[in-house]
Amino acid sequence: MATKTAEQITVDLLRPLSGLSGRYLLAAAFFAGMVVAALCAFFYQAYAGLGVSGLRTPVFWGFYITNFVFWIGLSHAGTLISAILRLANATWRRPVTRCAEVITVFALSIGATFPIIHLGRPWLAFFLFPYPSERGIWPNIRSPLLWDFFAINTYLISSVTFLLLPMVPDFALVRDRSEGIKKKIYGALALGWTGTPRQWHRLETAMHIMAIAVIPVAVSVHSIVSWDFAMAPVPMWHSTIFAPYFVAGAIFSGIAALILAMALLRKFLHLEEYLLPIHFENLGKLLLVMSLLWFYFVFAERLTAWYGNEPSEMAVFWTTQHGSYSPLFWTMVFCNFLIPFPILAIKKLRTITGTAIASFTVVIGMWLERFLIIVPSLSHKYLTYSWGTYRPTWVEITITAGTFCAMVLLYMIFSKIVPIISIWELKAGQHVKTHAVRLVVRSNEAGAD
Amino acid sequence: MPSPPVIYGLFVDPESAERGMNALHRAEVSPKKIVVMSAEPFDDYSFSKMDHATPMPWIAAAGGVVGGTCGFLLARLTQEAYPIVTGGMPIFAAWPSGIVTYELTMLGAVLTTVVTLLITTKLPNWKPKLYDPEVSNGRILIGVLDPSDAARVEIENRLRGAGAVKVKATNTHR
Repeated sequence: MATKTAEQITVDLLRPLSGLSGRYLLAAAFFAGMVVAALCAFFYQAYAGLGVSGLRTPVFWGFYITNFVFWIGLSHAGTLISAILRLANATWRRPVTRCAEVITVFALSIGATFPIIHLGRPWLAFFLFPYPSERGIWPNIRSPLLWDFFAINTYLISSVTFLLLPMVPDFALVRDRSEGIKKKIYGALALGWTGTPRQWHRLETAMHIMAIAVIPVAVSVHSIVSWDFAMAPVPMWHSTIFAPYFVAGAIFSGIAALILAMALLRKFLHLEEYLLPIHFENLGKLLLVMSLLWFYFVFAERLTAWYGNEPSEMAVFWTTQHGSYSPLFWTMVFCNFLIPFPILAIKKLRTITGTAIASFTVVIGMWLERFLIIVPSLSHKYLTYSWGTYRPTWVEITITAGTFCAMVLLYMIFSKIVPIISIWELKAGQHVKTHAVRLVVRSNEAGAD
Repeated sequence: MPSPPVIYGLFVDPESAERGMNALHRAEVSPKKIVVMSAEPFDDYSFSKMDHATPMPWIAAAGGVVGGTCGFLLARLTQEAYPIVTGGMPIFAAWPSGIVTYELTMLGAVLTTVVTLLITTKLPNWKPKLYDPEVSNGRILIGVLDPSDAARVEIENRLRGAGAVKVKATNTHR
């Protein structure tokens, strides 16, 4: 990529915006069909009631809350990672940041729908919103579910603006290279951007401030999601380790999702010259660190529960170790640690394919982890007479599959509307590199004289 | 209001744009009249260092304080307006209120940053204004707004001399 001119970068990165191939339309139709199926399942559930799901006493949180936690966790791929890399001034981040930030916005939007899907009467979701009402009740500030409302909305608004602001100069670029209705649409999106020094400086300052603000927000979001569980005196939930455990897991699954998205974009949008092996190598190292951290947290949590030997906790402990949930538990350990660890630790295996395979297993493993946090605890509460089981129905499975397809579909549509790699940031990075080389050459020449 | 005329040069690289800027300074053109546009930020060059002073971080901090205050009041007033049975515990729960306060503090800072950005950059602004689509092709625009008739030729010559690949003059903003 070092030899690419600014014009080549522009042409290469604007190419995916033009034309729709048959393969693209076929894939989009498939994913759209799955989304429609999920919507049908949701409306059926809204009409018939929650009884059509597998949610029964005592397991009232199943697939929907698993998906909620999973998608909110996955959303940590973007804004958080992008903000950290931006503040660390990691130059290799430039082709990666937008791919990542998009995941945040879409994953967060999908995740936020699950509490509504989970409601028996989804049309009453506005009961949760904190505004003075004639119902004579305001939401309970003490409830972690209300904290979710504040945290997720703050993170969503921050992430959307964090994604949109650096897109404005790229919209201006597309505006200047388009005609007709396309020019009008991108002209409106560009907000009248001209690229004066004032505009550039204010944009970069704003991005810096937002990067500082968004990191603690991201950490708080998943801490608060963990407190949905940890505030309840349920076996294996009521633990101080939950907040950092959830945050680490979120970053872990987020990085995995980002690597997967990048690998797919690289292949299907022909971005081989922009999403380089070094990007996968660096993100692979981060994934390796998070895999180790995840294993550490799981070990610490399990060891403490086992050593305490508290009967209600041990019931949950043993059902996951060698009981009915053990196949899922050990699959999770394989997916999150035993498979990715050697792939990511051995330099020869830390290739694009290797990191993509490791990421794929991590995404599966982290979904299982969310499921295993929720369901075994609810199905094995304190007294044995209240124990139960949970089996998802076709409604829950369809909705779950539909949201995965919705994520892919949204990503596909986005990559056809907006350059998936920030063009101006990439050019600025190229320029900084060239300028630095020139300065070194000049100083060497001055030294030789 | 009639738009002021403008003369500008288009430069292919930041080095020649820097020379163009220096040439305008040597011609004693008022910095307020100089206009620069580029397709990317050039932080290492003096021509991009115009208008760098901004109180944006302080405004963001103030926005955070306002957001936090709103969050605290929302949490506090909600609990006092609709007291629930707490079994002898205080009606006002400090820890949960801290979470709401914290989230709205950050939201206040973020929203204030965005609003400040839009106001200080005068965006959105879809009205016709000085702009050349060549900027998107990587050209750097260095120009002078409302030059005096006597100075026009000298400015044109200086821009060309500095390496401008094109020099354009308009009588109205486009």
